[in-house]
Amino acid sequence: MEPDLDRMAAIAHGIRRRVLEHTLKNNGGYMSQACSAAELLAACYGGAIRMAQVEQPYEPPPFTAVPAPGVEPLSGAVVHGPSSPEADRFIISPAHYALVVYAALIETGRLAEHALEQFNADGSTIEMIGAEHSPGFETTTGSLSQALSQAGGIALARRLKGHTGRTWVFLSDGEFQEGQTWEAVQALAHHQVTGVRVIVDVNQAQCDGPMEDVMRIEPLADRIRAFGASVDVVDGHDLTALTEAMDRESDKPHFVLAYTDPVRGLPLLEQRRPVLHYLRFISEDEKAAYADAYAELAGRSL
Amino acid sequence: MAEIVRRPHLQNFIDWSADKPEVVVLTADLTNSCEVGPWRDTYPERYFSMGMAEQNMMGFAAGLAREGFEPWLHTFAVFLYRRPLDQLLMSVAYPALPVRLIGFLPGVTTPGGVTHQAIDDLAVLRAVPNLTILSTGDATEVESVLDVIHAQPGPVYVRMLRGEMPRLFPQSEPFTLGRARELGPDHSAYGPDHVLVLTEGICTEEAMRALPAVRERGVQVRHLHISTLKPFDDPTVLDALAAAGGGVITMENHLRTGGLGSAVAEVMADAGIPTRLVRLGLDDTYAHGASQGHLLAEYGLDAAALVRAVEWLTGEPLGITAEDLTELRVADVHSTAKAEAL
Repeated sequence: MEPDLDRMAAIAHGIRRRVLEHTLKNNGGYMSQACSAAELLAACYGGAIRMAQVEQPYEPPPFTAVPAPGVEPLSGAVVHGPSSPEADRFIISPAHYALVVYAALIETGRLAEHALEQFNADGSTIEMIGAEHSPGFETTTGSLSQALSQAGGIALARRLKGHTGRTWVFLSDGEFQEGQTWEAVQALAHHQVTGVRVIVDVNQAQCDGPMEDVMRIEPLADRIRAFGASVDVVDGHDLTALTEAMDRESDKPHFVLAYTDPVRGLPLLEQRRPVLHYLRFISEDEKAAYADAYAELAGRSL
Repeated sequence: MAEIVRRPHLQNFIDWSADKPEVVVLTADLTNSCEVGPWRDTYPERYFSMGMAEQNMMGFAAGLAREGFEPWLHTFAVFLYRRPLDQLLMSVAYPALPVRLIGFLPGVTTPGGVTHQAIDDLAVLRAVPNLTILSTGDATEVESVLDVIHAQPGPVYVRMLRGEMPRLFPQSEPFTLGRARELGPDHSAYGPDHVLVLTEGICTEEAMRALPAVRERGVQVRHLHISTLKPFDDPTVLDALAAAGGGVITMENHLRTGGLGSAVAEVMADAGIPTRLVRLGLDDTYAHGASQGHLLAEYGLDAAALVRAVEWLTGEPLGITAEDLTELRVADVHSTAKAEAL
């Protein structure tokens, strides 16, 4: 099926708009992650990942309890629709992208429109750093770099069970600083776990600032290929290139490195370089400037 | 003299797994060292070599468990909770997945030295919610712990023995979750000032060597073998602690901090049991590479150390010599039953 690029572009626009709206209302948010990953997540939720349809947007329940032995847990994966041998799975690794993920789920009709009002509210499952009871999260991955290994186990199990669906992982580039990520790539290649496919937001920014200054990971594509996986490098804002790379046949675990701009669609954010990890307004003037940017982006005032 | 059993886990685990296709084994380059080489050759389609990469192994195990498999991770205990502790906590224990952590070389059972000796596993892992913690003390427990582990819906860590070991407990009395083993003679006629000894793992064998001589000299000593460290809620243990007016001694193949002795102290404090407690274990120290017998003696975890603890509690020298201690077995460091040099 041909990807609906117009719909994906609309989803990407909606992600930026919703995250900026939330950031203005709450005087803070993970804004640069929305700017970098908007097209990427729009592609994922807009059809490039083959997840089941849902009947209606999910009404997030209040938090009840953490998992315990023998208790059926609340799973954030319900927004991906019923799981089946054929359906793709989607695992979010950088859990601090939660706000962006929730926005994408709302844009694609998988999460109730008003869910963001519960963001980071006491007793809510719409947590700031998503855990596996939060919509969109199958696993608990706020401690970065653990999702790829878990996805490897899930995909290995699915291969043993004869599933045809793929197991997708959304990674952030900073996670390639962790040794476990490389252990996982090594194991995926060794055991030929080709059911795993990975899309990486290579925004080259991390909590302390530019990755170039904090800890270099380049040449990333060469490194991953040397570990035995296949790699496509694309402009992470080019939906045509993204969807083609995500659909590429490979006899290896496949990585799509989506190089992105963490201020794309919101040039005002440029003033915040080099530290882009979290946007909190430092003055009323700055907040007003972002409100103007919102009006331009949304075509209406907040 | 107890029967000496050679590598009970090796064939028993193969036989036990035959009708359990959901059981898969993951190893980290210590397959023969953990006695699962023949298991791999018997069930190659459900054996996965993960290499020396325990953090990733923990994640793969979590993923397999989420999809209905039951991963049994076989490696040295230290490599299950030191390097990959965050992965154990976040990928496995938080979601309460049925991952089985089979930890070999507990405490000072290896001459491999500090890097290979799991002397702090109980202290670290007792602080992990959702995790069940078990410890084996003989061949019967090594064999029968499999059913106990398999029945748990959540993750389980077990201190596993390998190679040659005694059979201290009859095979008709398998490992039971949360139930202490009553050892020694009938204690029903003991007076209010009797002493209670609680031991785990290989320290139980040491206590069984010491206590006949102690009792022969008129000291009333009740002995419980503890094989479930978490949850630690056996009512028999609570009742025994409350009844032991002469004092309580714990002896464990572990640090004095955070293990069996600490668990007992917590129970006693919670219940307001005003009895003296002597905790035998490694005293805020690492160990080094030497034989098990040498290390047990050096760190005060052997039969003689238990005798000294009883003497301290009763205030009476017992006059027990090394010759008085029962010879349950003579450990041979160079035994052919050793899987590897380590």
